[in-house]
Amino acid sequence: MSRRRHSDDSDAGQPHKRRRTSEPSEIEERLESLICRVGEKSNSSLESNLEGLAGVLEADLPNYKSKILRILCTVARLLPEKLTVYTTLVGLLNARNYNFGGEFVEAMIRQLKECLKVNMYNEAVHLVRFLSDLVNCHVIAAPSMVAMFENFVSVTQEEDVPQVRCDWYMFAFLSSLPWVGKELYEKKDAEMDRLLSQTESYLKRRQKIHVPMLQVWTADKPHPQEEYLDCLWSQIQKLKKDRWQERHILRPYLAFDSILCEALQHNLPPFTPPPHTEDSVYPMPRVIFRMFDYTDDPEGPVMPGSHSVERFVIEENLHCIIKSHWKERKTCAAQLLSYPGNNKIPLNYHIVEVIFAELFQLPSPPHIEVMYTTLLIELCKLQPGSLPQVLAQATEMLYMRLDTMNTTCVDRFINWFSHHLSNFQFRWSWEDWSDCLTQDLEKPKPKFVREVLEKCMRLSYHQRIIDIVPASFSVLSPANPVCIYKYGDESNRSLPGYTVALCLTIAIKNKASNEEIFSILKDVPNPNQDDDDDEGFTFNPLKIEVFVQTLLHLAAKSFSHSFSALAKFHEVFKTLAESDEGKLHVLRVVYEVWKNHPQMIAVLVDKMIRTQIVDCAAVANWIFSSELAHDFTRFYIWEILHSTIRKMNKHVLKIHKELEETKARLARQHKRRDSDDDDDDDDRSSDREDGPLEEQIERLQEKVESAQSEQKNLFLVIFQRFIMLLTEHLVRCETGGIDVFTPWYKSCIERLQQIFLQHHQIIQQYMVTLENLLFTAELDHHILAVFQQFCALQA
Amino acid sequence: AVAARGRAAMCSGGTLSILRSDSYAELSQYRDQHFRGTRYDQERLLRKSCTLYVGNLSFYTTEEQIHELFGKSGDIKKVIMGLDKVKKTACGFCFVEYYARGDAENAMRYINGTRLDDRIIRTDWDAGFKEGRQYGRGRSGGQVRDEYRQDYDAGRGGYGKAVQCQ
Repeated sequence: MSRRRHSDDSDAGQPHKRRRTSEPSEIEERLESLICRVGEKSNSSLESNLEGLAGVLEADLPNYKSKILRILCTVARLLPEKLTVYTTLVGLLNARNYNFGGEFVEAMIRQLKECLKVNMYNEAVHLVRFLSDLVNCHVIAAPSMVAMFENFVSVTQEEDVPQVRCDWYMFAFLSSLPWVGKELYEKKDAEMDRLLSQTESYLKRRQKIHVPMLQVWTADKPHPQEEYLDCLWSQIQKLKKDRWQERHILRPYLAFDSILCEALQHNLPPFTPPPHTEDSVYPMPRVIFRMFDYTDDPEGPVMPGSHSVERFVIEENLHCIIKSHWKERKTCAAQLLSYPGNNKIPLNYHIVEVIFAELFQLPSPPHIEVMYTTLLIELCKLQPGSLPQVLAQATEMLYMRLDTMNTTCVDRFINWFSHHLSNFQFRWSWEDWSDCLTQDLEKPKPKFVREVLEKCMRLSYHQRIIDIVPASFSVLSPANPVCIYKYGDESNRSLPGYTVALCLTIAIKNKASNEEIFSILKDVPNPNQDDDDDEGFTFNPLKIEVFVQTLLHLAAKSFSHSFSALAKFHEVFKTLAESDEGKLHVLRVVYEVWKNHPQMIAVLVDKMIRTQIVDCAAVANWIFSSELAHDFTRFYIWEILHSTIRKMNKHVLKIHKELEETKARLARQHKRRDSDDDDDDDDRSSDREDGPLEEQIERLQEKVESAQSEQKNLFLVIFQRFIMLLTEHLVRCETGGIDVFTPWYKSCIERLQQIFLQHHQIIQQYMVTLENLLFTAELDHHILAVFQQFCALQA
Repeated sequence: AVAARGRAAMCSGGTLSILRSDSYAELSQYRDQHFRGTRYDQERLLRKSCTLYVGNLSFYTTEEQIHELFGKSGDIKKVIMGLDKVKKTACGFCFVEYYARGDAENAMRYINGTRLDDRIIRTDWDAGFKEGRQYGRGRSGGQVRDEYRQDYDAGRGGYGKAVQCQ
């Protein structure tokens, strides 16, 4: 009798299948782990670890070659801070297995082409650098690397391509030279000289209109904010002058020279840079942020100069570490602090400079701002005896240079500093900054302190701020964030609407409905017109005033109370604010009630947009209105405007996504029907099925168009108002013969720049309209320059 | 669209587990024992939640302060203050709901374990606010942790309830 069990039957044909499916992925994980961990702290030397690993991998090649290739290509792309560790590993493998070396090079070239095709330019640079360091490991023959670089540099001869495309190929070439310059020059000096002279002439002729828009400081002292290619070029020129001697980079392959120089090298296949397409998006140009030099740490090791290639390599590696570990703040801090060369370079200074470089980067930081605050706190925890002092020194330096700091960067400085202080009991030597007390309050330094104190208050409470600053700073202290109710006092009873306000107060406290509120409001006369229509629902500013003042006052206790009030009386709000003037007036009244509490204004505006009591254009017009002129340069105003624009952008994206999803559903439905059909089509029934989805798509299409139109209009309103405001100022200055560059003007023009920079992807869509309607040649050149600088960013 | 798909292919085929590590945003060991539903349901909700539980707040910390701090990782949909069940006053915890999960993840990565009102606050994923969950579950009306603790904490009503009753 057969007693074969069911499970035996199913396995009969493939007795080992179940086990085999779990093993390979385990092996792959182990290989990946071994490879990723080499170079970490270990009891053995790096050299012996590399040798051991090379042996293990060589033994695994017969069975796991493709996995090993994939892992090595991936670390080349994603762990650039360990570049030389992995090139050495590949060098050792190539010495033991020539074919593997060849296959690896081919895989890398394939990966490079893929990266370029999908606009992953930053990772492509790492691949190019890896390939060039493979020359040092005797894996790739120097002449073939030079040939690749010749192809890169010849991109600068292409016609009708964006400058940013040529820039990238130039950057990929130049930024590899710290690693491989010496070797390439020794083997092919004539070709290299030619490449370098072509580089020089390209750099001389390229446009640099974009630079002022990206600089953190407008002044050149104490450290010029150089365009990134210019800085790199100076560094390479100096390297060449030093006969390509570079001493900072850790080169494990030197220890294996005797093994590696026995290896056979491969030639890189001829590499043609993929052509420029409409879909190509190249990295934006950058400006190099510098705030420290060797004078800032007189007792420690000397900081490499701004044009030394060491500086470049250190900064690149520290940026790469942050990019690798941004999600894990403790790991990130530990990795930064264990960067090799600790006792030869003032590492804490480099780390602080690199972090601020990212935080202040224009248009935007690579990562969310709050990450940097928390990362700095982690670093302070790991180095409590040294890092806080460097940070204090940095803060002091940033404060000293506020006069020429870009407004957007000042915003970020305010946010960082106030949040940082809130983690350290707000301890700071405010008296050191008493110089700002004698200045005009609109000047950058007192303005900065005011905004910092306001943000500190938001994270704590009013009295705390009064307590932490010296008495002399009271002029800069924030107002007590209390509500201002104009109908509050008996002495105000002569104000129009006073009695209605009292009536409303009682009604709302007695849980009146929207209808009851409407009927109370009916009695409010309209100061604007003599004949109210029967419903009394046309724009009546007094009605709005009485209702909004009273309601907000009653709900003043907390954000939640105010939000409940907005929700409960949504109908009244919608009706009163139906017209554009109505919306504007609601915003005005909100401001009047809560002008001491900017945070409350911001959350109320946010809620009113989300519940469609006001729209984004109304908020934009309100911000540029004369009533807000006094607060125009305050930080909270711009937080509100940018938050408004972001909401608009998210709204458009959301509807777009809905449309795409519905289209996909329709496509799937068609596909299903096509595959199910074996008989004749019944056209009518398929149309019926499609009907509701097609209707939905049509509706969504209209919604998308209307949302995009609203978005375009929002930007037009904002730019138009900027132009009006700035033109007024420029004309006034010209006729009055006074200097254009007042603190207000600097702030305003930089706020205009900020709109372009923070929303550049969306604005690109409307460039033609902007150019034809607003930023025409007749415009004052001061304002037009901002537009031209923006255009230059992707040119 | 082509570029995006290509990018995704590169990322799924070629990333490294050490770079995928996101320990701050992972679920903790804590599971709300009052949750109505299976463990599986609970974890599914936690993994897609946009709501965070925030603990170790001072009784005096306001909604406004919480809004300011947690607003640094993204737009906040709602803050619900935790209340003493008896006194209906703040009892040291709250819920913060974001519109987008990514913003809540950033709060877990960068706001969890930092200070608010000089106290290290702790955030954790929450399966979602339901009416009644805004109240403390301790016998005296506040949070359970304040029932039994022995230390003196000026921001949380002084000594624990057990000590106070001695």
